[in-house]
Amino acid sequence: MNAEIVATRFRFAVNVLPKDGILDPQGRAVEQSLPHLGIAGIGHVRVGRRVELAVDAPDAAAARGLVDELARELLCNPMIEQYAIEVLGAISAARGEAGG
Amino acid sequence: MSVRVGVVVFPGSNCDADTAWALARAGAEPVELWHEHADLAGVAAVVLPGGFAYGDYLRAGVIARFSPVMRAVAGYAAAGGLVLGICNGFQVLAEAGLLPGALLRNRSLRFVCRDVTIRAERVDTFFTYRVPAGRVLRMPVAHGEGCYYADEATLDELERDGGVLFRYADDEGNPAGVEGRDNPNGSLRAIAGVINAAGNVAGLMPHPERAADILLGSDDGMLVLRSLVESAAARAQDGPAIGEGGAARFTPRAAGMGR
Repeated sequence: MNAEIVATRFRFAVNVLPKDGILDPQGRAVEQSLPHLGIAGIGHVRVGRRVELAVDAPDAAAARGLVDELARELLCNPMIEQYAIEVLGAISAARGEAGG
Repeated sequence: MSVRVGVVVFPGSNCDADTAWALARAGAEPVELWHEHADLAGVAAVVLPGGFAYGDYLRAGVIARFSPVMRAVAGYAAAGGLVLGICNGFQVLAEAGLLPGALLRNRSLRFVCRDVTIRAERVDTFFTYRVPAGRVLRMPVAHGEGCYYADEATLDELERDGGVLFRYADDEGNPAGVEGRDNPNGSLRAIAGVINAAGNVAGLMPHPERAADILLGSDDGMLVLRSLVESAAARAQDGPAIGEGGAARFTPRAAGMGR
């Protein structure tokens, strides 16, 4: 049962939000709807995007590095957006075992 | 012999045929450039037309940036080739970093489709030298993400260095404010179009190809497209082909076309 672990599948979420100070008309629209719902005490609403993905990599640092690159190059426009990476979990894949 | 001008076709482009038609009217031979080919077929200028390239998924224009044709366009632009982005094409150029700034969701959150008035801030460029100084142009916009944004320092730099090519204005040519009907999307400094520092890459949100005949309500767009086509023709005649031994030497100013 001592199968060699060749890669681990790491799951991440990348949360992309408009940068502070950037106009966020969606957030403003949500905020302006609150009085109609009779909800008080909520403010500073900002609407962004969440991207979930899985990465096969030898270790967590390598996986995170890839996600970081993807976020910088594609998922987020650094001129107008910022992102945060969230770790969702990992599943090890073993060679030569059922389901490996 | 008319000059060949490329029109890039992405999956989701929907103004490519109109753009080709208007370019032909301006005296060019339009050449469709398919997004999967990294070959610009020796054209003398490239137009990125409007539409919803790759469904506008993620952010308008961002996925198009990684297509084979855009790698070729980036190299072409770096070598001095003329590139014009219209609407979605402008968004693609901004996402690709070929033009400064970004196009955000319209302040109103609505897709805006109507005629607007713009004024050319410069009439000494490859894209505008046919525009009479002080003349406002009437042409349609049709977009959901056209709110021009750049940080204050970049905006100041654009203003100082002549990077603002078009601005939304009222019928008398007074620049629009950030709010109000004359600015259809809330663009900062009412910017409707920009041009890069080298002067060979430009983008605008309004559609010149939809204002290409008086029957369409305006033919003001032809002033822009004729400028581009004639610049491309003059450069093709004047110098070596772009990317084959240096940028062509033609400039509107040198040719006495600017005012």
